[in-house]
Amino acid sequence: MNTRTPGQRLLIALPYLWLLVLFLAPFLIVLKISLSDLAVSRPPYTPQIDLSEGWAGLKDFFANLDFENYIFLAEDSLYINAYLSSLKIAAVSTFITLLIGYAIAYALARAPRRWRPTLVMLVILPFWTSFLIRVYAWIGILKTEGLLNQALLSIGLIAEPLQIMNTTTAVYIGIVYSYLPFMILPIYATLEKMDESLLEAAADLGSSRFAAFFLVTLPLSLPGIIAGCFLVFIPAIGEFVIPDLLGGSDTLMIGKTLWVEFFNNRDWPLASAVATLLLLLLIVPIVLFQRQQMKQEIGG
Amino acid sequence: MTLPFAPWADPAAEPLIDLRNVTKRFGAFEAVRDLSLTIHEREFFAILGPSGCGKTTLMRMLAGFETPNEGQILLDGQDLTPIPPAKRPVNMMFQSYALFPHLTVEKNIAFGLKREGIPKDEIADRVTDIMRLVQLTDFARRKPDQLSGGQRQRVALARALVKRPKLLLLDEPLGALDKKLRQETQFELMNIQETLGTTFVIVTHDQEEAMTVSSRIAVMRAGELAQVATPTDLYERPETRFVADFIGEVTVLEGRVTTASRGGVGLAAMEDAPDLRVMTEDTPPAGTTAWLALRPEKVSISAARPDGADNALSGKVLDIAYLGNISTYHVELANGTIIKAQESNRQRADRRGITWEDTVWVTWEEDAGVLLRA
Amino acid sequence: MTNRFSWFSATSLTLGMAFLYLPILILVVYSFNESRLVTVWGGFSTKWYGELFRNEAFLDAAWVTLRVALISATVATLLGTLAAYALVRAGKFRGRTLFSGMIYAPLVMPEVITGLSLLLLFISIGMDRGITTIILAHITFGMCFASVVVSSRLVAFDASLEEAACDLGCTPVQAFFYVTLPVIAPAIVAAWLLAFTLSLDDLVIASFTSGPGATTLPMKIYSQVRLGVTPEINALSTLLIGFVSIGVILASLAGKRAAVET
Repeated sequence: MNTRTPGQRLLIALPYLWLLVLFLAPFLIVLKISLSDLAVSRPPYTPQIDLSEGWAGLKDFFANLDFENYIFLAEDSLYINAYLSSLKIAAVSTFITLLIGYAIAYALARAPRRWRPTLVMLVILPFWTSFLIRVYAWIGILKTEGLLNQALLSIGLIAEPLQIMNTTTAVYIGIVYSYLPFMILPIYATLEKMDESLLEAAADLGSSRFAAFFLVTLPLSLPGIIAGCFLVFIPAIGEFVIPDLLGGSDTLMIGKTLWVEFFNNRDWPLASAVATLLLLLLIVPIVLFQRQQMKQEIGG
Repeated sequence: MTLPFAPWADPAAEPLIDLRNVTKRFGAFEAVRDLSLTIHEREFFAILGPSGCGKTTLMRMLAGFETPNEGQILLDGQDLTPIPPAKRPVNMMFQSYALFPHLTVEKNIAFGLKREGIPKDEIADRVTDIMRLVQLTDFARRKPDQLSGGQRQRVALARALVKRPKLLLLDEPLGALDKKLRQETQFELMNIQETLGTTFVIVTHDQEEAMTVSSRIAVMRAGELAQVATPTDLYERPETRFVADFIGEVTVLEGRVTTASRGGVGLAAMEDAPDLRVMTEDTPPAGTTAWLALRPEKVSISAARPDGADNALSGKVLDIAYLGNISTYHVELANGTIIKAQESNRQRADRRGITWEDTVWVTWEEDAGVLLRA
Repeated sequence: MTNRFSWFSATSLTLGMAFLYLPILILVVYSFNESRLVTVWGGFSTKWYGELFRNEAFLDAAWVTLRVALISATVATLLGTLAAYALVRAGKFRGRTLFSGMIYAPLVMPEVITGLSLLLLFISIGMDRGITTIILAHITFGMCFASVVVSSRLVAFDASLEEAACDLGCTPVQAFFYVTLPVIAPAIVAAWLLAFTLSLDDLVIASFTSGPGATTLPMKIYSQVRLGVTPEINALSTLLIGFVSIGVILASLAGKRAAVET
């Protein structure tokens, strides 16, 4: 069926147009505003397109766009540090999530077959409950007078309460906790599909169980590892809630910077420039992730 | 005495299906090329060929899922081309069976009747009848994934047949079944076809299946028809080396026609050996190249040279395929040519004389093989 | 291999589940705490639940959130199903790469960017911010998740089923409603549930796109949480966790029953 009926065209056009207007167009607007200047007006930036003046107005508009905001971002070490620190925090927490997530996914895949659906559901369940609430739950645990410190003090492991809340450590804990299911599920999916006789073959050919894991299991679960890492790393870079609620004033993350720039300082052009740079930072991993997803789709 | 069923031999008979110079292209690839074919009412017609030969495309054009780029498809004299699949008096049994997983057996079968707007009582009657015919009555309320492969195949058959199509298309209908079940089902299919008198067109790559079930077989190759004939004719009188090779086992010997007389030729197939004597009605002129196709069961093997054989060659036993009831011997001649000979094992194995590396004689009569000119 | 499920696996599974569930469990337990100090146990009480139900602001926010989630999940599922159909079934069409890019990108796009860009869009077209803008924003990211869920089912769907329906007398539209839709229905339900919970859950995008008078529950919770841990929030969280857990468990049981029946 090579020819399409008008109905079929409409089926495609509807979601397509929706995304063009509400996903793609907004980015172009962000880009445009990032090249504008802060002004005391409504909306608080200049220039604005004045269509009543026709072509001259449009030319005027383009003449007034500049890279001032980007130059400002480049010159102020606060922003550069925020980008770098976001990358570092995202990378470290992705790595920790991978270690913990792999162990759990591996255990899930080895669990007796009849338990597996229940166990998988238990892993997914927290994902369905509110993100905000799950982050909030850690405040009560990590506070100076919180439950963790109470427990550690009472068994005499520490003499002084630990300062975890409002530090980068708390942000790591928050990210690992919140994104753990995203790491477990893709890894579990690849491990579960794995043919068990491969391990028997490896044993038959003289590998120890340990060697078989590194030579067979790990390479075969690589697609799951990659997918999981993308799913944790990419959103973690732009994370706002976790650093805001659990992190301290010294925890720099770009998502939070953007929020503050926008809501507290009301500097929309600068916030837009921050967002544009964040997007540029993310384009490489997002494109890689998409490629991988498509490859999986074709393969599966 | 009743005449054998052979409407295709009657020039006055109106065909049910008439394909006229049909061509189907996908981009630059010609899946079906200038193909003409007639199929008659009550036929069990098989389209046979290796994968990629265009047989599935041909069937999908009959069903209406593909439109020919050129040519016409007539059903009862009416052009089918502009009619969508839903409106054609043609139904299809899909290779995957395509049973609707959310509907019970009963509802799967009733699906097409409901679309026609047939009254409820009649639908119920027709569904009950067809379920009895294909022995599914006990499974009426099951869903497809609670059925075995054979049962699913019967649901798919019933669902297409209940619409009483003029033509039923079957796309590799038995491909998903294991060998034993496949054989039983072949006979079941033939019985059902005979009972209902519906015209069946089956697409298959399994030559044994095509030979068993069909009245005629069209062998396809690279988008074209290689030969259309009854199973017997196809086996005994193939027209090309491709057909001879595709249907059953065969040894093909290439040679030059040396002497041509009415009813027979001499064929120089190898050096240092007398010309082979081949009987043929269609005598090629001397000097042309021709091929002798020999079915292994028409070739005898013996330790000593038998007297009076029309053709006899000596060679060494290279391989023996023991199949229980018969054995196939691969005999290598001095020039490297391999001839297959088949013997039925009437004696117990331990008393059989011929074994590997033995020097033996292979012999056949002048009317045993077919002389091919292509 | 008899020793497949080793002590290592058992331990990591136990610790993993503890890590996932202990914080939630503690939160739930302390919602029944008599004391206002959330980290000191003062005896069992349900008084915070009472306080919660007397708090007009919370109830209003809950009502806003529910309306937003219901509408946006429904529209998002509709659009997402169309998008999945276009991606899986429509074959090649102009701009398909861009289209699939726009479907996948929001799945990993930081919420701050999505929120900011949508807000700037609404402002530049002069749209008043409120419930409508939140709904539009939630439809946009919800439809992407929905289309991924539905398309994974469509990919596994045997295309010859639709041909069979046409062969048996259906028009393409009838084939969709009689065959395709019932077969992919479980995925559509799952897609709706996902879009619904994502909408219920969203703080960042709602904060950007909402206007005066349109405060969602996560926004309300966030503004309270910034001030510190309070037992009302614990009680509210417990209720939300309870609803969602029951919903998910029921949905998965229904899915299991459907799987047994089909």
